[in-house]
Amino acid sequence: MTEVSANRPEMGVAAPLKISARNVSVFYGAKQALKNVSLDVSSEQVTAFIGPSGCGKSTFLRCFNRMNDTIDTARVTGEIRLDGRDINSPDMDVVQLRARVGMVFQKPNPFPKSIYENIAYGPRIHGLARGKVELDEIVENALRRAGLWDEAKDRLGESGTALSGGQQQRLCIARAIAVDPEVILMDEPCSALDPIATAKIEELIDDLRGRYAIVIVTHNMQQAARVSQKTAFFHLGSMVEYGDTSMIFTNPVQRRTKDYITGRYG
Amino acid sequence: MTGFSPNAVLSPDDREPTNWQSARMRRRVEARYRAELFFKLAGLGALLLAGAFLAFLLFTIVRDGASGFRHSEVRISVQFSPQLLGIDPVAASGPDAAAVIRRGDYVGLMQATTAQLGLPVDVVSEGAWLALRRAVTDDPRVLGTTRTLWVPVTSSIDLLAKGKFDLARPAISRGISDRDVAAWRSLESRGLLRMRFNSLFMTEADSTAPELAGIAGAALGSLLTVLVALGLAFPIGVMAAVYLEEFAPRNRWTDMIEVSINNLAAVPSIIFGLLGLAVFLNFFNMPRSAPVVGGATLALMTMPVIVIAARLAIKAVPPSIRDAGLGIGASPIQLVFHHILPIALPGIMTGSIIGTARALGETAPLLLIGMRAFVTDVPQGFASPATVLPVQIFLWSDDVQRGFVEKTSAAIIVLLVVLLLLNSVAIYLRNRYERQL
Repeated sequence: MTEVSANRPEMGVAAPLKISARNVSVFYGAKQALKNVSLDVSSEQVTAFIGPSGCGKSTFLRCFNRMNDTIDTARVTGEIRLDGRDINSPDMDVVQLRARVGMVFQKPNPFPKSIYENIAYGPRIHGLARGKVELDEIVENALRRAGLWDEAKDRLGESGTALSGGQQQRLCIARAIAVDPEVILMDEPCSALDPIATAKIEELIDDLRGRYAIVIVTHNMQQAARVSQKTAFFHLGSMVEYGDTSMIFTNPVQRRTKDYITGRYG
Repeated sequence: MTGFSPNAVLSPDDREPTNWQSARMRRRVEARYRAELFFKLAGLGALLLAGAFLAFLLFTIVRDGASGFRHSEVRISVQFSPQLLGIDPVAASGPDAAAVIRRGDYVGLMQATTAQLGLPVDVVSEGAWLALRRAVTDDPRVLGTTRTLWVPVTSSIDLLAKGKFDLARPAISRGISDRDVAAWRSLESRGLLRMRFNSLFMTEADSTAPELAGIAGAALGSLLTVLVALGLAFPIGVMAAVYLEEFAPRNRWTDMIEVSINNLAAVPSIIFGLLGLAVFLNFFNMPRSAPVVGGATLALMTMPVIVIAARLAIKAVPPSIRDAGLGIGASPIQLVFHHILPIALPGIMTGSIIGTARALGETAPLLLIGMRAFVTDVPQGFASPATVLPVQIFLWSDDVQRGFVEKTSAAIIVLLVVLLLLNSVAIYLRNRYERQL
């Protein structure tokens, strides 16, 4: 690990390394969506991916829990290591990988089941709870950590799809937390939400930092500036710049980054 | 359009402002209203026409068939003489009572009894002696006494009582002899006839005599056959759909399978009958006329319908649910059984209902595997000879005896009621699953 960091001093990862990606490229059929991206994710910080639509940031995010496997035409090359272990190696169990690397999607996607069942599902299939009492505890904890407990405690039996958009997204975060992952990937988690719900999610991300390594893809640069400590800027499938959020937003090295941040890109 | 040269570049200011109040615009609006009104009326007309056809169909069936659920009975006074029956009264109360009573000459007793009516024709159904045996079996103490019984009449008398003949027409063309008419008039004037619910129709199987024929055998046969068909087609069809949608690689083979399944759904049903005949009967030597073979044949026919419906339903499950399931670390199998199938189930069931309804109404393939046999017993199991409702309807509609006309319509009513019940249950189940989402 240290050797890897030494090779790429410009990344300057001070915090403990959780994920390291090296020369990752993604192809959809013949089209290359991501070009040779290398980046380290710290386990104690929030890492934000920013960039215009179609720049490959979501594609890259989906490499971390191998969600690109579900797309028939997608092909991933390069190496991604989670705690030093190659996640694409044959002896990596993809189901367990996805339990360790949770994901929150752009559109809130609760299961069409009760709120309780939404949260309890993950722990149940991974055998994290011994008995009903423990499961209840996990559900309550996850809902509390997602800041949804007060709103949901009296309606645990109601369908998760009956909640408001912002609540649904927090339910999805609670669902991811309930499995006790090490990393949480968030793919534009606030793009379908109003500003108040967005503020709540951002607060929540701040609370979760430290306990989980968080990688968030966002269109909203203010959001990246508010919630993240590291920011990577993507453009046309390449990672243009990666560094401390404060540096990226105040003093970017690359011209393209500067243009994007100052709003010169559409 | 007036000369609109492609070279002329109009600046926005060159364009005349549109006058939305002009007469031309008004005419356009009126024309649109007319078109909408016409479309609405055409739709309503189509609906009314469809409703009229349905009403006409139901009306004729009910008009012809309602009387099939009732039959006429004649009152006879039976003297249960042990001598006439050839039963030893002592043995009838002995240890072998059942066998002794069974051996009695009830046909003879019935003949002796009906002779007392003093009519030149048979008015009592040829199966009416069964009522005598039942009376003795139920209570051996009737032996030696005289009892009054109501027994079914022959089909001719029954139809006369129901007013099915136009008696004003000459005997040669009205389909019933003067002697029968006279016998009926005589019974009627003596007050020996009554009209009752035809319990025989609801409990018996086919018979050569219309007044004794029942629908229970065919109904049970239909039930067993459909159970076998669904039991085979539903799990296999759904699993095939799940595999094709969720697990199979997309290549030439799966494309070919998909095309084959779609074609299979359009194959005429009689071809499946031939297949059933060749494979199940001739190759596997399975029993002829049995619900198990009929069900297997119908399963072949129903399966493609279920596969297609299930694939569509599975495809319609939002991708976000797949993401959610996989994202939390559900294995592909867990994803299918915990998330995809529950959401797809209402759609799958809709397809299965259509498939089952088709199977229930299917005649042609069953004729080929021998389910058109004349079966006078209610089927005892999946392997015993049976017929099914639509085949029974076909057989009765083909029969020359006039009494089967109303039986045919009555059987159609039973088939429609069974279909209605089946669909109601399926729709209820579907709605219950849908509400859970």
